[in-house]
Amino acid sequence: MIVDLQRFIAAGRPFWTELERMLDRLEAEPELRMTLPQLQTFHHLYERTAADLAKVTTLSSEPETRRYLENLVARAYGEIHETREKRRRFYPVKWFFQTLPQTFRRHVRAFYLSVAITLAGCAFGGLAIAFDPDAKPVLMPFSHLLEDPAKRVAEEEKATHDRLAGVKTTFSVELMTHNTQVSIFTLALGMTWGVGTIIMLFYNGVILGAVAVDYIRAGQTKFLLGWLMPHGVVEIPAILIAGQAGLMLALALIGRGSRASLKTRLREISGDVVTLIFGVGVLLVWAGFVEAFLSQYHEPVIPYGVKIAFGAVELILLTLFLSKSGKSKKTEDGNLD
Amino acid sequence: MKTSTLVIRTPEGIVFSQLLAGPVTRFFAWFIDQLCIGVAMSVLGIALRLLELISLDFGFALSVIVYFVVNIGYGIFFEWAWRGQTIGKKLLRLRVVDVEGMRLQFNQIVVRNLLRFVDSLPAFYFVGGLACWLNPRCQRLGDLAANTVVIRNPRVAEPDLDQLLAGKYNSLRQYPHLAARLRQRISPSEAGIALQALLRRGEFDPVARVELFGDLAAYFRAKVEFPAEVTEGVADEQYLRNVVDVLYRTRGEVPAPGGPLQ
Repeated sequence: MIVDLQRFIAAGRPFWTELERMLDRLEAEPELRMTLPQLQTFHHLYERTAADLAKVTTLSSEPETRRYLENLVARAYGEIHETREKRRRFYPVKWFFQTLPQTFRRHVRAFYLSVAITLAGCAFGGLAIAFDPDAKPVLMPFSHLLEDPAKRVAEEEKATHDRLAGVKTTFSVELMTHNTQVSIFTLALGMTWGVGTIIMLFYNGVILGAVAVDYIRAGQTKFLLGWLMPHGVVEIPAILIAGQAGLMLALALIGRGSRASLKTRLREISGDVVTLIFGVGVLLVWAGFVEAFLSQYHEPVIPYGVKIAFGAVELILLTLFLSKSGKSKKTEDGNLD
Repeated sequence: MKTSTLVIRTPEGIVFSQLLAGPVTRFFAWFIDQLCIGVAMSVLGIALRLLELISLDFGFALSVIVYFVVNIGYGIFFEWAWRGQTIGKKLLRLRVVDVEGMRLQFNQIVVRNLLRFVDSLPAFYFVGGLACWLNPRCQRLGDLAANTVVIRNPRVAEPDLDQLLAGKYNSLRQYPHLAARLRQRISPSEAGIALQALLRRGEFDPVARVELFGDLAAYFRAKVEFPAEVTEGVADEQYLRNVVDVLYRTRGEVPAPGGPLQ
């Protein structure tokens, strides 16, 4: 009960000011670690201010004081009851070589699911083209893929001028941004209980399978590998990882076998989803460069063997990176990873 | 059930509530943000065109990157730098906060902004708007995934008490201890009723006005009994003015809490 408002505010003001000062400092310096006495002081100030708020809530004449105290208590509440790790300085190298592959491995089942869906799409697209080649315009509604593979290869190998001359950087950047948008979309569709993500992965698989079978049937396997492998061995896994992130969202939404609440389940995976999608972005930047500056050049400019070997080396490095990078002795024992 | 407030109860038993922003207000904030992105792109476009003079390919490529980064990064950057606000949200006094009152994390901001891709389907945020409409906490899909809500801090219009109470002698102030007791016993909603009655007094039928102020004055007289010398001969409406004056105006007795503390 507040009888003397003036005395109440005069008595509380030093505590409120001190709490506000500490909160400002905590918010401005995220890496700040308080000592035990500082923590005790902070907790005491929070409890004192919360008690003052409880008193002033019943008072009609002090809406400003109430709003001020509500704001202070809300900020302090967030700091005190927050159990998630506090943001720290960001180390890009450590993030890329440790956090990203560790996160990938932690949710590798979702990745396998993503691969399985894409492979199912590949099988469907490949079989559809094999049994009904006339279905090409339906399966691949992109004009540059509708051409006869043998004719295209002949044209590409005969080309005397660089058709990407003067636009290579733009082409490369357009590939990066487009593929990143598709990846984000694949991830975001996880919120449709995974239905949208599954459709995106399956459809990507259908196009990939259809193109592959189309070129193989035309006897252009070597060209196909030389064309797709340099960028595809990074780009396709990147889309698969985006699908993995989307499926993680979907699994958290569905919550099968988990007793945690929806909020808790989503909270648990949100950091990992962000790590994966940023990793996808990095991979797609690399794939965009390779596609514009290497994949589009064929024999006699670059021998297919060199392109295929380049793709194979990339694939091995990517596999090693995702499966081994960031593994400590502890994780190898299976304690953490 | 749909509610317009987010109520947070701390383990210490303290309850504080925040008003939730509806889909229409949020749409306007988004529209302002789009205008800001448009302006930023126009300004950057002029600079990038100069680069195209040096290298057309490099200039175009940089334009594509800048457009992509500004579009995707605008919300993430501002919500992180301004603790849950973009320019549009700031103008409309909206803020993104954690659904449980916790500290807003970078991951949450990224997730809610990336999921705009789904919320904006098929056009003009139809999916997000629908989700917001149906969700009890007005959350679009991005907010659901990120465990965030958008709250609003409306500017509370202060009643023009000077116009209402100007030049009137308030006999209740002769007894500061009773005035303090009055402040203590009257709840915020009761004070609000008295204030509204005075502010809207011109709208009442004369007979109804006399009856209403009679009832209200009797109610407030019963709350705290002042000596007869300050209440006798005072009209009911004037008595209510004095009560509101005591409740809402401190006349410099108490330092304004917002001032030196902030």
